[in-house]
Amino acid sequence: MAAGTALARSAAVQAEARLGLAEFLLTCDDLEECARRSLEWLAEYAGARAGACLAVDVEHTRLSVIATHGPGMPPEFSVDLEDRAHPLVAAAFGRQAVVFAERRDRRGPAPLGRLPIVVHPMYARVGRENVPGGLLVVSPPDANHRMLAWVASVLASPLVRLGRSRSLTEADRRIRRERTLLDAVPDPILLTDPEGRVLIANARAKALLVAGEGESEGRRRAVALNNMLFSSALAQTAIQEGGRRELLLVDPVEGSDLLFELLSTAAPDTREGTALVSILRNISDLRRASEEIEENYRRLRIAEADVRAERDRLDLIIDSVADPILVTDPAGALVMMNAPAERLFSVRGSSAPEHGVRVQANDAHFSAFVSNLLFASEGERRRGEIGLVDPETGLPLPVEAISGKIFSEHGEVIAIVTVLHDRTEEIERARLYEELKKASALLEERVRQATSELVGQNELLRRQRIELEQASAAKSQFLANMSHEFRTPLNAILGYTSLLLQGVSGELGAQQERNLSRVDSNARHLLAIINDILDISRIEAGKMPLHVSSFPIPTLIQEVLAELEPLIQRSKLSVRVETARKLPPVSNDRAKVKQIVLNLVTNAIKFTPSGSVTVSARHELSVKEIEIAVSDTGIGIKNEDHERVFEDFRQADNSPAREYGGAGLGLAICRRLAHMMEGRVELQSAVGQGSTFTLTLPVRLRRR
Amino acid sequence: MPDKKPARGGPAKGDPGPLILVVDDFEDNREMYTQFLRFNGYRVAEAVDGLDALTKAAALRPDLIVMDLSLPRLDGWEATRRLKKDPLTSQIPVVALTGHALAGHEEGARNAGCDSFVTKPCIPADLEAEIRRVLTAKSGARGR
Repeated sequence: MAAGTALARSAAVQAEARLGLAEFLLTCDDLEECARRSLEWLAEYAGARAGACLAVDVEHTRLSVIATHGPGMPPEFSVDLEDRAHPLVAAAFGRQAVVFAERRDRRGPAPLGRLPIVVHPMYARVGRENVPGGLLVVSPPDANHRMLAWVASVLASPLVRLGRSRSLTEADRRIRRERTLLDAVPDPILLTDPEGRVLIANARAKALLVAGEGESEGRRRAVALNNMLFSSALAQTAIQEGGRRELLLVDPVEGSDLLFELLSTAAPDTREGTALVSILRNISDLRRASEEIEENYRRLRIAEADVRAERDRLDLIIDSVADPILVTDPAGALVMMNAPAERLFSVRGSSAPEHGVRVQANDAHFSAFVSNLLFASEGERRRGEIGLVDPETGLPLPVEAISGKIFSEHGEVIAIVTVLHDRTEEIERARLYEELKKASALLEERVRQATSELVGQNELLRRQRIELEQASAAKSQFLANMSHEFRTPLNAILGYTSLLLQGVSGELGAQQERNLSRVDSNARHLLAIINDILDISRIEAGKMPLHVSSFPIPTLIQEVLAELEPLIQRSKLSVRVETARKLPPVSNDRAKVKQIVLNLVTNAIKFTPSGSVTVSARHELSVKEIEIAVSDTGIGIKNEDHERVFEDFRQADNSPAREYGGAGLGLAICRRLAHMMEGRVELQSAVGQGSTFTLTLPVRLRRR
Repeated sequence: MPDKKPARGGPAKGDPGPLILVVDDFEDNREMYTQFLRFNGYRVAEAVDGLDALTKAAALRPDLIVMDLSLPRLDGWEATRRLKKDPLTSQIPVVALTGHALAGHEEGARNAGCDSFVTKPCIPADLEAEIRRVLTAKSGARGR
């Protein structure tokens, strides 16, 4: 249809189109551009839906696609021209167009893509011969053949011309590339004549040996020096066949020394004469590297020495540790041990045979422990007890073992270090501690028992005390009641006796009166006893309160003597009073003080057959006490009886009270009363020397 | 040793003598004091318990009452309290007589209104002396 459209155009238009293409091809100097424009033209005017242009290269070796147009044409196709059997190569050297139908055509596969094509050879006249320039390919095959033939004829000439010019450019490019390659080599490379004049030098060589026009003076000198050095080296290299020389040059830019290895090879050239190819290898870095290696080696030696010293120190330290230390390799073999470990794990020359057995036993125990850590344990450390034996004595030696894995930088076990610690003492201490604890517990138990017994006894005592107190209170109450019961009949006895003696019932005979007097005196004695008992009961029952007042002692003594006047009169004794001056008044229970003094004076008179009774009072300033002393010249009291006289119902001779009268309760009551009043009654006496009873009282009661 | 001579400190011969009411439940004691007081010129009436004492005191209006404190039916303290409350008998002095010498008895008796307190045993002469003292003190006070 495209062809139909083109045919429909006027002949003028077609002529103009042909002219346009021909003009373009004449002026265009780009090979691909020419080919592409030609294919476009064919698409427009010849009904070619797709097309390709293949060109023969300048070396006449390959036929390659240089341009395509439209779908289905491979852009990268190329085939060797030697392959004459190839349908496209055959077509390129043929005389006319060849049609390749669709694939199912039995004539063979489509040579270019899948489309059915028609190919047209292109020949250009160069001098007197026709040179094959390539192929023009168009699809479909029914495209306008005349047009195709015309384009092939006009395209062939520029195709060959431009192909040739391009191949010249390629030769230049190759030289440039080789130059680049040469310049890219960091080592200086030179081609010189045998005299050392530079013919070709790469960039690095130029920098060292060729000075440009505008170079500085310093650089020019450096280059001159380098040239001199290079020439001399080259001359010597020529003498020493195949030799290598070291060459020291100066870097013209940096001024530093550069060390090179010079490799020179003669390159014979028939036309230009023998030249020398020289390659300079910079070995400055190499030198530096070798120096560094030496330095490193030296350092290594020092480090090694350090390590050795360190190890010696470590050995010293390990040996000085009292606990055995053992180092084992990962296989379990002993690598090292300190002196204490040797004692346990190594046999000595002169030892007894059992020594060796014990060492073996120790070794077995130790190995088992370490292999447990090595092969059966995940952890880095193991702690446990091993029952070793002292190889010399054979005594059991319990040790605590602590083993630890030593790892390399890469995390693999390189050694096991084990420290053993003698636990004998520790075990002994633990045993002693246990015993101590047991003993302590025993003691505690005993104390607990004793305490509970004590508690029991205390409770018992407390109950007994309460019972006793109750009994005592009951006794006192009983006595109080009894004394009352006694008094009522006694009142009648005394009363009627008195009546009779007073003659209320008529006059009495002398004998009657004497007998009645006896009744009266005994009744009164009985009353005195009852009163004393009552007093003691009241004191003990706590029913005798103190009535405290302040009173002078001399007056009290006078009162006592006045009351006893009848007794004193009858006794015929001389009774004296000696009171100190400036006696302070006493603050106490006056009635009770009087009762005591009365009792003491009565006793003194009763127990003194002849002589005197002295009542004295003095103030003991230092202790703020008043002393009232009653001294007699009586019978006296034996030393051993001094305390007994103060006991209840006692008289010194233990005889019936009747001899001297009194119930024997007087002094007991005195002492109790004095005690109530914060005072005391004391006795000084000897048999036949008389007695002194002293009542001591505080000037002022402390409790109130 | 008791005095051999009778006390005879009582009213003079021919004087009808003060009337003393002796209150005691123990007949022996009551009779003993009565005998002695009569012997010494007093007139004596007797009562056996507290209630009896109140009746006799109201009826006889004695000059003085000797009152034992431990009495059946109505004890001496309560009897004294009632006597002292009654305007008819409140002026009659009461001498308390007790066998209990324990502290508190005397104070209780004085609180009840007793004018004097005598502890048993008390021989008749001592009681008569106390009666005389109280009567003298009373007549002195009255005279003033």
